[in-house]
Amino acid sequence: MTATMRGARGEVIRRPRRALAVTIALAVTALVLAFVALGLGDYPLDPLEVVRAAFASDGSFATTIVLDWRLPRVLVALLFGAALGLSGALFQSLTRNPLGSPDIIGFSTGSYTGALLVITVLGTGYVSTALGALIGGMLTALLVYLLAYRQGMQGFRLIIVGIAVTAMLQSFNIWLLLRSSTEVAMTASIWGAGSLSLVGWPQAWPSLIAFAILFPAALLLTRPLRQLELGDEAARAHGLRVEGSRLVILIVGVALIAVVTATAGPIAFVALAAPQVAKRLTASAGLPLVPAALVGAVLLLVADQLAQHVLPGSVPVGVVTIVVGGAYLIWLLVREAKGRL
Amino acid sequence: MTMEPRLRTTDVTLAYDRRVISSDLSVSIPDGSFTVIVGPNACGKSTLLRALSRLLAPSAGEVVLDGKSISSYHTKEAARRIGLLPQSAIAPDGITVADLVGRGRYPHQTLFRQNRVGDDEAVALAMVATGVDDLATRVVDELSGGQRQRVWVAMALAQQTPILLLDEPTTFLDIAHQIELLDLFADLHEAGSTLVAVLHDLNHAARYATHLIAMKDGQVVAEGPPEAVVTAELVEEVFGLPCLVIADPVSGTPLVIPRGARHRA
Repeated sequence: MTATMRGARGEVIRRPRRALAVTIALAVTALVLAFVALGLGDYPLDPLEVVRAAFASDGSFATTIVLDWRLPRVLVALLFGAALGLSGALFQSLTRNPLGSPDIIGFSTGSYTGALLVITVLGTGYVSTALGALIGGMLTALLVYLLAYRQGMQGFRLIIVGIAVTAMLQSFNIWLLLRSSTEVAMTASIWGAGSLSLVGWPQAWPSLIAFAILFPAALLLTRPLRQLELGDEAARAHGLRVEGSRLVILIVGVALIAVVTATAGPIAFVALAAPQVAKRLTASAGLPLVPAALVGAVLLLVADQLAQHVLPGSVPVGVVTIVVGGAYLIWLLVREAKGRL
Repeated sequence: MTMEPRLRTTDVTLAYDRRVISSDLSVSIPDGSFTVIVGPNACGKSTLLRALSRLLAPSAGEVVLDGKSISSYHTKEAARRIGLLPQSAIAPDGITVADLVGRGRYPHQTLFRQNRVGDDEAVALAMVATGVDDLATRVVDELSGGQRQRVWVAMALAQQTPILLLDEPTTFLDIAHQIELLDLFADLHEAGSTLVAVLHDLNHAARYATHLIAMKDGQVVAEGPPEAVVTAELVEEVFGLPCLVIADPVSGTPLVIPRGARHRA
């Protein structure tokens, strides 16, 4: 009996050990990539020069480039990626479906609608656009939730309703663009492609403050999330307040993606893919939150560097993620369809 | 007899939306019993179990646990007193047996106070009691139906509640695994747990229950020890099935032998 119990504990420890190793590896990867990214550009610096520039407060040109120009964008790519990964993990766990991602079920599109209304009707101020996106995303989430709610919430219904609402909002968005002047439509389209190119410190700060609240909040939801995976009845039998927990998860998940969309526009794919990649890397049951955040951070940073330095012209990062994401989505749909048939 | 049982319902009305399943239903679960609820499909037995386990809030009356309305408990406090093995539990894919059983520890954990040693101990005990300790490192999806059902029982046991409710625990198992599981419940009962199960098989109910509740149309028709409850008249009244009741040659408990349309004199 002792042997089997030791076996039991050994396994209980071994799996988190793999998860821990993967988590550390991902964090190191993100950090190394960040240093490389800080050196990339028209004024290339090797990692050593980056470190020197960052810590020497001599007001040299290199310091200005690294700290004032490149750091906010790299930091924002990491943190936005993490937020998208977290949001995706929360929603996919909630809906028990890898397609139940906030970018698929309409919250990004809703944010875009909010931003479009502000740009086309009120003018193009940065803060008001961000606010419009935030409110648009929240209202869409509320609408989808209410339409999908019937004696409790069921994941699959939420996805179907979300896809329907997305389709309606997309046609509304196109109508908004068509009836606006060319100049306004251009501005709106650039925002709508999802880009980090306009993000500097002034735009980064509000989202950093929001993340300081939202990241810990998301991590506190881990245990309720693990209970919800067992089904509503088992979760309730274990003493979880099921509807209340679900609502909090929904709010934190929407807030995470709304903050990103408000600042950078809709960035597809990261929320969809990061949780699934993290699950496969860690071999964990359910979608692990911290690894999902780290995978999201690495994905978005790499995509943004590709958009900046590898692709010709200045391509918005949203375009890169959407191309990679489209391929992933097709693979996912085919796999899901096979599972169902 | 002056002591009130720990778990009972007082004049409850149980309904889904406006569809009333039971009204003015008062049921007591004798402490330390292995109570089995039987009755035809849609008689309200699972609904009663859902109410006892606070998955369904009565629209009138209340479920009383240890002298207080069950709805007045903090949900985790109630979950430390009553465990439930639901029919609908889902095993997250890729989860190991030990991990799944550990999920039953939720009501004993709080954000800032986690008793890892106590949790590990409870999980190990639950796995030994259900005979799945050898499977601890296995992935649940790969287990057989009988093994998986034992793992779910282990999860409920890890909750370490004095009262355990079981919603049709033997459905979908072959006869050998059904008996194996019922023997396990009998062991748990002997070790001091109060068990309440919904079962379909009358003969299994008569063999293993210490207290039987027969329901029809949302009401209790008869309750008591199986010998008193399982009679030919009652089975015909409750299930509308003519039958012969004899003493089970193995256990001596009542054995129901149905007379289908083809076998009526």
